[in-house]
Amino acid sequence: LDGEMLQGTLDLLILQTLALGPAHGHTIASVIERRSEEVLQVEHGSLYPALHRLEDRGWVSSFWGTSENNRKARFYRLTPPGRRQLATRASRWDEIVRAINRVLRPAGE
Amino acid sequence: MAWTRFFRRRFWDEERARELQTHLDIETAENMARGMAPEEARHAAHRKLGNPTLIREEIYRINSLVWLETLAQDLRHGVRLLGLSPGFALVAITSLALGIGANAAIFQLLDAVRLRNLPIPNPQELVEVKIVGGNRRMGVNPGPYGQLTRPIWREIREHQEAFSSLFAWAWGNVRVGQPTELRRASAIQVSGDFFRALGVPPWRGRLFLPEDEVGACPASKAVVSYSYWQYYMSGRDLDGDSKLIVNGAPTEVIGVTPPGFFGLAVGDNFEIAQPFCQPKELRHDVFDVSVMGRLRPGWTIPRASAELEAISPGIFAATAITEFADALEMYKRFRLGAYPASSGVSWLRTAYDTPLWLLLAISGLVLLLACVNLANLMMARASAREREMAVRLALGASRLRLFRQLLAECGLLTAIGAALGIAVAQLLSRVLVWALSTESMSVKLRVETNWRVLLFAVGVAALTCVLFGAAPAFRATRTEPITAMNVAGRGLTTGRGRFSLQRMLIVVQVAVSLVLLVGALLFVRSFRNLMTVDSGMRQAGIGIAVMGFEQSHVSRDRFEEFQRQLLDEVRSVPGVLGAATTTNVPLLGGLWNMGVGAHGSSMFTWVSPGYFDTMGIPLLMGRDFNANDTRTSPPVAIVNQAFVRDVLGGADPIGKTARTRAEPNYPSTLYEIVGVIPDTKYNDLRGERPAMAFVPASQFPELGPWAVMMIHSKAEPASTMTGIRRTIAKSHPEILFEYQVFQKLLRDGMVRERLMAMLSGFFGLLAALLAGVGLYGVISYIVARRRNEIGIRVALGAQQGQVVGMVMREAAWLLVIGLVIGTVSWLMVGRTAGSLLFELNVHDPLSLAGAAALLAVIAALASLLPARRASNLDPMVALRLD
Repeated sequence: LDGEMLQGTLDLLILQTLALGPAHGHTIASVIERRSEEVLQVEHGSLYPALHRLEDRGWVSSFWGTSENNRKARFYRLTPPGRRQLATRASRWDEIVRAINRVLRPAGE
Repeated sequence: MAWTRFFRRRFWDEERARELQTHLDIETAENMARGMAPEEARHAAHRKLGNPTLIREEIYRINSLVWLETLAQDLRHGVRLLGLSPGFALVAITSLALGIGANAAIFQLLDAVRLRNLPIPNPQELVEVKIVGGNRRMGVNPGPYGQLTRPIWREIREHQEAFSSLFAWAWGNVRVGQPTELRRASAIQVSGDFFRALGVPPWRGRLFLPEDEVGACPASKAVVSYSYWQYYMSGRDLDGDSKLIVNGAPTEVIGVTPPGFFGLAVGDNFEIAQPFCQPKELRHDVFDVSVMGRLRPGWTIPRASAELEAISPGIFAATAITEFADALEMYKRFRLGAYPASSGVSWLRTAYDTPLWLLLAISGLVLLLACVNLANLMMARASAREREMAVRLALGASRLRLFRQLLAECGLLTAIGAALGIAVAQLLSRVLVWALSTESMSVKLRVETNWRVLLFAVGVAALTCVLFGAAPAFRATRTEPITAMNVAGRGLTTGRGRFSLQRMLIVVQVAVSLVLLVGALLFVRSFRNLMTVDSGMRQAGIGIAVMGFEQSHVSRDRFEEFQRQLLDEVRSVPGVLGAATTTNVPLLGGLWNMGVGAHGSSMFTWVSPGYFDTMGIPLLMGRDFNANDTRTSPPVAIVNQAFVRDVLGGADPIGKTARTRAEPNYPSTLYEIVGVIPDTKYNDLRGERPAMAFVPASQFPELGPWAVMMIHSKAEPASTMTGIRRTIAKSHPEILFEYQVFQKLLRDGMVRERLMAMLSGFFGLLAALLAGVGLYGVISYIVARRRNEIGIRVALGAQQGQVVGMVMREAAWLLVIGLVIGTVSWLMVGRTAGSLLFELNVHDPLSLAGAAALLAVIAALASLLPARRASNLDPMVALRLD
């Protein structure tokens, strides 16, 4: 998978995580890692630029809030366009996965 | 979106910095909760996040428009660099500005004079009817635009089929106002269809219609140009009272032409237009009209020419000038042709065609020089910057980035040069139009900025900069940084090959400068020759007075007596030393030729007694005219030596006779020669000294109610003029009076030479200066690169003189090769200038030698400075430094 696709995947994962509710950067990273059962390691270095880009496009919005252990942290929240984007991208992802699976395991086997 | 972020990128940067810090804090806390020591926990968090600064940079990049940002950086860097070497910047920018500006200005003038179409609808349809090959100066040719006579115009209008609309117009000056305060205005007389055919709508009132030309002369209606209306009539709306007095006749102004319409003569804007009128007797020998029209749909110029040729025999037979017996056959063989006239007509075109193209060539060479100079300077800098490039590459700059920055520097130089160039062009255009104008003939041209030419010039400059500045420097980036740094730092002598291109450019510069300087010297000397040429007569202190006494109601047989009376009054004015009437003012273009004997011919001028004394022409033999030479006394003549030689065959002239051949109103007359004067110039300072005969004014067959006087005065021209005007106005207030200063008119006639001398002189000096700067730059650079070697030579005992000699020899070679190439080029291209030179050969050795000497002096100065610097080198410093 090329860089573009990976980046797109990270965006998708972030959007999906935020669908559960507002979260700050660190939470987003840990949630993705936990739910993928530690298979997907989010590179923290690329998380923040990705968040910035998503905000730039208007798919998430951010605000300063207080974290679970009482720290000031920047929280991100899904916007309505972001929610629509998530739906499109998720179904596109499903299509790609199905397509790849069909190639890897042809029905005749 | 991106734009708002772009302007808030600093805010976002701080925001993200805080956010990243929070992230680190949380991670550290979690790590500690897992049991790590605080220090270790913090390190682990940092490791996991990576370099926060890099992350911030990435986000910053998302926010900013990268190219814009780096462009701004590059430009800032460029400005700083130029500021670091102000000498380089000054020379490069000034030479570019002058090169670009001169090209644009001269092309704009050429465009305005020659190339641009008239501001009328469909100018490309306009066609002029002319005699193929011209009328061979037959008959009377009053203006620069007259091609045909009015009878010919009437015949064409009657018989032609090629044109859907056809009109005629004549150009001339009129005098507007009361006799005491006359003002000259440039005027056109037009046929009734003129404005309709041109498609010019009225701005105010109405313009002429065909029925306007049926009235008897003088015409009682006029149309004025927009600027005349604004300036002299204060732009007031027209009514029945809008009247002017044109040539003494009350004239009603019926309309105003739109702004921008200047007539058909480029450079000679009309102020007043009057319709043709019906004279008592139509002259067949005055070629004063130009006939133009629009072709019928489907007709081409060749087809129109064929049709005109077919009707020509009939037309010329019907309009024959029967009085000119010798020329009648030639006249009947004339043929008419059609010529494109989309850009109107202009005397400037014939007078300034060669000069303008020549000036364009000169300014082209100046641009070439500016570019060569720029190339040289850029290359010197580029090699000097190899080390800088190496260092920046080693520090991680990308080559693309370095290249972009070099481009930005070029862009900066050319942009500043171009901006100044545009300013120079505007200024120079104005100076040029001003230089073309004289008091008696003001040139009005609408000079427009020609963006294509500007763009071309700027493009050439930019390309030069990139090719010679950025490219070599960029090539340097291809070598390994370490090599470049070593070579630059520890170099000994750099190979000769490295500078070969720079040397070649210097040679080109010297050669081009030589060509420009020779041209400049020739034009300046030619102008000087013309200024100081001996015309054989007095020029200083001479005034020309024209007095019209039609309103004095003097009977025809008393004209001569009245003229004498006026002369006496003029002579009584304090300061006036002499005054005489003449039928032809010398040196200002007027020409009066008559056939003498069977085949000879001579110039003829009718003058009153005292003319030769007034004009400072000595009598070599015989006597001057006197009061005894009257209308009824035997005809006598005073002739010059050329007349004696050419017409009389060199014999002792006094008492000999010569018979003129008959012309309309000038019956054949037998003149007795009573005096001889030396040869003088006739109607042009640049011209020959032809055979001339002077005869008494009292014997002039066509005396009219006017007098043209040459007046010699020791007082100031202005006070002489007021003195004479006052004296005449006291006794004859009704007389029309005009006064001009002879010398001033002569100077006005040298405008072309003055312009060429001025501009070529300026550009020649500029070229020499540029060559000097270029040579200085290259020699200093070579000296700087050879510092090590020179240091060793000095350490080994070389004398100062030897070092200076070594450097100077280098420069001398370049100079000599350049001079040789320049001389050869001049011998090849110089001929074009020949037709513009007065009493000078294009290959004048003195001018060539002078130009070469001047260049040699400049070159010597330019290389002496770096040579002396080299010889003063302290070997210890030079050797230790590298």
